[in-house]
Formats: sequence, structure tokens, C-alpha cells
Amino acid sequence: MDDQNLVLVKNLKIEGLADEKWIQIVNGIDLHLKKGEVLGLIGESGAGKSTIGLAAMGFTREGCRISGGEIYFDGIDLVNADAKTKRSLLGKRIAYVAQSAAAGFNPAHRIIDQHTEGPVQHRVMSVQESRNDAIELYRKLQLPNPEEIGFRYPHQVSGGQLQRAMTAMAMSCRPDLIVFDEPTTALDVTTQIEVLSAIRDIVEQFDTAAIYITHDLAVVAQMADRVKVLLKGDQIEEADTESMLSDPQEEYTKSLWAVRTFKRPTKPMVSSTTTPIVSLKGVNASYGKTPVLENVNFDIHPGRTVAVVGESGSGKSTAARCIVGLLPPTAGEVLFNGIPLPAHYKKRTKQDLQKIQMIYQMADTALNPRKTIFEIIGRPVEFFLGLRGKEKRRRVEELMEQIEMDPMIYIDRLPSELSGGQKQRIGIARALASEPSFIICDEVTSALDQLVAEGILKLLANLQDSFNLSYMFITHDLATVRAIADEVVVMKNGEVIEQGLKDDMFHPPHHPYTELLLSSVPEMDTTWLDTLLESRKVDKTV
Amino acid sequence: MGSIFGIILRRIVLGILTLFVVSLLIFASVNMLPGDFAQTILGQGATPEAVESIREDLGLNKHPVQRYLDWLGGIIQGDFGVSFAQANFAEYGGTSVELGGIASVADQLAPRFKNTMFLAGVSAAISVPLSVMLGILAALYSNSIFDRAINISTLSSISSPEFFLAYILILFLAVLNPIFPSLSNVYEGMTFWEKLDRTMLPALTLTLIVTAHMMRMTRAAIINLMVSPYIEMARLKGTAPLMIIVRHALPNSLAPIINVIALNLAYLITGVVVVEVVFVYPGIGQLFVDSVKVRDIPIVQACCLIFAASYILLNLLADIMTILSNPRLRHPK
Repeated sequence: MDDQNLVLVKNLKIEGLADEKWIQIVNGIDLHLKKGEVLGLIGESGAGKSTIGLAAMGFTREGCRISGGEIYFDGIDLVNADAKTKRSLLGKRIAYVAQSAAAGFNPAHRIIDQHTEGPVQHRVMSVQESRNDAIELYRKLQLPNPEEIGFRYPHQVSGGQLQRAMTAMAMSCRPDLIVFDEPTTALDVTTQIEVLSAIRDIVEQFDTAAIYITHDLAVVAQMADRVKVLLKGDQIEEADTESMLSDPQEEYTKSLWAVRTFKRPTKPMVSSTTTPIVSLKGVNASYGKTPVLENVNFDIHPGRTVAVVGESGSGKSTAARCIVGLLPPTAGEVLFNGIPLPAHYKKRTKQDLQKIQMIYQMADTALNPRKTIFEIIGRPVEFFLGLRGKEKRRRVEELMEQIEMDPMIYIDRLPSELSGGQKQRIGIARALASEPSFIICDEVTSALDQLVAEGILKLLANLQDSFNLSYMFITHDLATVRAIADEVVVMKNGEVIEQGLKDDMFHPPHHPYTELLLSSVPEMDTTWLDTLLESRKVDKTV
Repeated sequence: MGSIFGIILRRIVLGILTLFVVSLLIFASVNMLPGDFAQTILGQGATPEAVESIREDLGLNKHPVQRYLDWLGGIIQGDFGVSFAQANFAEYGGTSVELGGIASVADQLAPRFKNTMFLAGVSAAISVPLSVMLGILAALYSNSIFDRAINISTLSSISSPEFFLAYILILFLAVLNPIFPSLSNVYEGMTFWEKLDRTMLPALTLTLIVTAHMMRMTRAAIINLMVSPYIEMARLKGTAPLMIIVRHALPNSLAPIINVIALNLAYLITGVVVVEVVFVYPGIGQLFVDSVKVRDIPIVQACCLIFAASYILLNLLADIMTILSNPRLRHPK
């Protein structure tokens, strides 16, 4: 075997348990990694990225098993190693950074106590040494109050800070290899930058090898020396990052690269005399005593798409809850076609309810898992349109054709038998079923792969043209905004910072916050992060 | 910390309120019971005059509202009233009754209550650690033969009638192997160890009854968490399986476990009549049943109130501990 390689994986095959049958999900992957090298694993969901990443640590999740191939870490055969040998490596020489630090930290213990657990049980350091070291790492990762932050509980710390604390935790024993499993996917763009640069610095500083798993090409371009593209458990191609970006060989890779090209033409400006379909007038709202919306005003005109953008906690979804009446505003009002709507949805007429519909971010949780597609779509058809029997069936079939899903195949299935993109389409059909004129799309594409997301965006655009629908499109993804919006509303801390036509918004001059958001979106350029950090440093010193 | 204090204070006030409502219910339902103490005590020889006279003396012919207020007022001052049955009715011919010192409900209840608490305490001291430990082990070796064996044995013990379990234990631990006495007549003046020895068999019987519930909840609560990302994180830190459960899963599954423990402890105080009868253990349950038989209303009411109070108190404690086990409430942002 090759002594140079820290990690060597040969012809790795992994099976997963589905419906009590073992199905192969990783089909013979080779992988090698030298000391101090960063390998990017990229692919859509179901590509097997995480499974392969974990397998390189000698770990398989419940319901998975290694069915063939070899895995060596520094010459140690991880496939045949016993649990004790593997435990002695995990945390000490191989560490892991999970996708969601908020879920990866145990809520019952202080951050620093979780940090010291590894070094203490591996007898690398004493509790006190490890604590001091943790504080040193927190400082290196530029966490605020490094002396104090570790003594907080995970819920007292923000997501971006937790992700950095988790990176520090992975570093606690100075491992030779860290597996990063989509560490920035759950973060806002502005936070993502801090985490990315922190991870990159510390990996460089300690010359740690890393496997960086992501579905975001622009992110992998900043982080990895080499990129491996995966699809459904197969390797598509592998090359160093520069040439992968500039000269992808395979069609699939090219299609991944081309995702961000969908853009619908902007519609002309509406005349100021038309009545907006939905209009928020000085809306304030609060959860309990915490105010979340502060004097929010914006209009949505018939047939147009208004994107509401902002980081998490900016009040985007709260504004949507005010419009649909789930959260009555504490001040201000919501007009529908110029007429004020009752604040609470229980006081609204059936017609009001029928005309405003919502599509949710997580199609998984928004569809009742025990109802068939026919029942899910049929329910609003029956409730709002009063159709029954054959007429109802016909209407459901018609709706399914509109969302480009064959009713013959799917109508009697359960949501669990559909893919993520298909579930989201069912969510769209359910919203369409009541024949609404206004639909709120709450982060409808953010849980989906880019290719699938693009399909959903195209579908929404077509439906808008056919039925003259108006959309309020809540998103934190500016690429989506660019693709689909006519107008943009930028929110921050419950207030509208800036609003206007999309084309104006994407052309300077910007509001400083919009500028920050725009510049934080990673670009497909290996030097983007360096350039950006450089320019921001200059800004700060000025 | 103001918020957590507020939550606990609110729970306590609610608990007191519940207790008040329960006292109303107890009083109303006891008064709706058929039969009458005067009738029962005088039996065949009840003349209308004698019945009337006893009722007069015991205040039974006052308006129910008045009687309730008297009763409640007494309780608030720590006076549970006077036991009917212990009063001396021998000289009953119409003259007034000498209500002797031993007749107060509190005097009657106190030793019985102490015994009940002793039995409940011994049973809890055995069963709670045992079931939590078994639960942890069952979760650690889930779906193994060990797990199944624990499940089957605890389930069959909870499914068997209490007296049956009691007799089995007597057979094995008192008759075939005379380790513990089969009669548990504890009394004032025994040393702690003597008492413990006598209490062992009923305590073991109760342990068999309550263990299954607590153990299965511990197991389920832990297994529920074993798919959490932070458990996977702990595994990937190389933490040993037992430590993962004890350090990472258990602290987060305390809430349901505490609640089930509280319910079972309340059962140990209030639901042990059958076991008391089998072992002739002088606890509150027997007193309660006897008092119902003779329509000794003050005792019945006091027993009910104690039962209700222990349920409310234990649930209150469980609530408070659940709140305290949640780091989000203990350490707000």
C-alpha cells in the first residue's frame, strides 16, 4: 500500500437497508488523501457523500453496512478493526464536524465540557489543559469572548458561533483528519463566510487533512485542493479544484455548473394606480413580549413575484404568518385587494382563506405522511370548491398534470414514496387546489438540490403565467431571487431595509446591508474568499 | 433566573388550587355515599332518638356547606377533626359524648401514615435505582437477549395480580427459604433494622409491580434519543457506548423518566391496600378501607386528602425537576 496516503479507500461498497432489503448505495468508490490535503466531495442528496465521508472514519450509520472494499487510515485497516481500535482513533486522530452544530452539540452540557470530553477520555490532556487549549482555539477561530463562551450552553450561542466551536472541538486532539459534513449549509450567507474562513485558517495552520462534504460548488471552490463529484453512489469525476471549475469533463458536472443560469425576464413596472393584491401597512408583530416586526410596509401586485430576503431571524416568515392570519399583528393591517383582512384567520371568510395559500419549506413535514396524494390534494378541492366523487378525482388529476406528475402513477401513493422534489410539487398542487390568487412560498427550494430546485422554480414561473398568480417568495438565497423575482424586499431585524425592482436591487448603489448580503454569496472562483476577506479588511481599517 | 422562579411559583399556586378543588370533590362524594355513621354504629338497636342524638353531637345535621367550611377551616389549622369510630359511644343513651384524646383523626393517622411512608420509601429506594439501571442496560443492549429477558420478566410481574406476587414471594422468601418474615406487623419502638426486615417482603412485592413501568420508560426515552446528531457526535468522538448513554442520552431524557417515577411513587403511597392486607402491614390503606366500612367520615376524608396531596405534591416535584432538568430554562439566553 501507498505510504504517502493518510487515507486510502479502495473499491468501497456500502449497502443501506430499505424496506427490509439491503440496497447498494455506494458502488465501488476509490479515494485517497495525503497529509494536509483537503478533498471536496460534492453531489446532490442521495449521492452518498456523507456515507462515504463517515466510512472514511470507519463509521457507518444505523441501517448501513460496508459490503466490500478496503479502508485504510494511516495503514490501519478500518473495515476489519474492532470497535475498541476504532474508538481509540475517533476523536483523537480522526474528527468530525456535523452539518448542524446546533443539533450536534448536546443541549445538556456546556460547550467546553463537550470540548474536553475527547482529549480527557483519550488521555491526551487533563481537563484543565484541554480547557485552556479550548480557549486558545476559540481565540484562533475568532469567537467573541473566547475565555467565556465555552462556559455557555449550546442554546445560548448563535449557529455560526456553534459551528466554529464545533470546529474547535474537532481540533481538540489535533487530529490528522477532519471530516466536514456540510458545515455551513444551515447558516446564513453572511455567517457562512466567517465559518469558512475560520475553518480554512485552522486547517492550514495545523496542516490537517480534511474531507469537505458539500452540495455547494462555490463553497467547495474556496475550501478544497481537489474535488470529487459523486452521483448516486458513483464517482463521476475527480480533478484538482482549478481544472474542475474551468474545464469539467463530464456532462453531469457541467449540468451542475450550469444550474444558476435560469432567469426569467423581469416584468415591466406596474403603474402606481393599480390596487396591490396584498399590502402590508405599518405591521408590527411580536411573539409574546419579544417584538419581531417593526412597521413593515410593502405591496404585492397581481401577477408579480416579490422576493422577501434576509437572514434567519429577520422576520420574513413572521410577515407571512401575519398575512395568512396565523399571527395577528399588534399594530397595522393587511389589505387584500384593497380591503383590510381580519387579523386572525378564524375571523376571515372562507373566500379570504381560499385566495391566500402557502407552500412550506419542508415538504416532508408539511404533508400528512398517512394520507395518499389524492387525499392530500383532494381535501382543499372538496373543502373550497365543493367537488366530490368523480369531479373531485378529475380535478386532482388535472392539478397533478399541472405540476407535471403523472396521476396514473402517483395519485394513490403516500408522501414517503416520493422524492423531495416530488413532495414539494405536491405541496404546490395542494396550494393550487383552492384556486388561489396569491401564494406565499416560504423557502420552498432551500431544502432541495439545485437541479431539482430549478425545476420547481420553472414550474412556479409557468403556473404564474397560466393563472396570473402573485407570489411572495421568502428566501435567503440570492441566486433564487435573481432567477424568479420581479421585486425585492430586504429585511433585517424585523424591519424593511430596502425595497424596489430586482434589477435596481442588483445594480449599485446598494444599501450597505444589501451590499453585504450580495457580496457574501460565494462565487465559483477559487480566489473569491481571499479577495473578499481582503477587501473587507480594508473596509474595516478605513 | 426570574422566569424559572416564576414558573415554579405558578406551579405551586396551581397545586394548592388543585388541592382545594379536590377537597371539595372529596367532601361532596363522601357525603353522597349511602349509609350513615349513626345508623351503622347503632346497628339493630337504632332508635330514632339515639340516631338523632349522635348526628347532633357529630354535627351531621348541620348544613353540608357549613360542615365543609368547618372541615376545611380545621384542616388549614392542622386539625383533621375527630374520628367517629374511636369516640366512645358505649354510654350512648342520649347524653353527650366524652371525646377522648385518642379520638382525633390526626392521632389515628399519624402512625399509619409514617408506616406507609416507610414502606413507600423502602420500595422506592429499591425500585427507582433498579429500574433506571435496568432501563439503561436494556437501552445499551437493545434488542439483545438480555433486553428481551428484562422486558419479559418485568412485564409479566406487572401483569400479575399483586396478591399473587405477594404469595409467590412469601413462598420463596419466607416459607421455603425463611429469610424474611411473612407478617409485617411493624409497631412503634422497633429499631430501624427490625422495621426494615419486616418491611422487606411487601417492599419487594411493590418493587416488582412498579419496576416495569419505570424501566420501560427509561429504556424508551434513551433509545428515542440514540438517533440524535449529538449522540452520533459522541460516537464519533470515540466515547464508549455506556458513557454515551449515561453522559449524553440520560440527561436529555430525564423529563419523561422523572414523570413516570413520580406517578409510581404516588402509587406506592396510595395504591397499596392489597399488599398491606396480604402482609398485615399497618399502613394507611388498611385504615382507609376499615373506615369506609364503618362510615367513619372524618378518617375517610383525611385519607382521601392525603392521597390527593401526595399525588399533587409528587407531580409538582416532578414538574419542578423537569423544569430544572432543562438547560434552556435553567440558563436562559
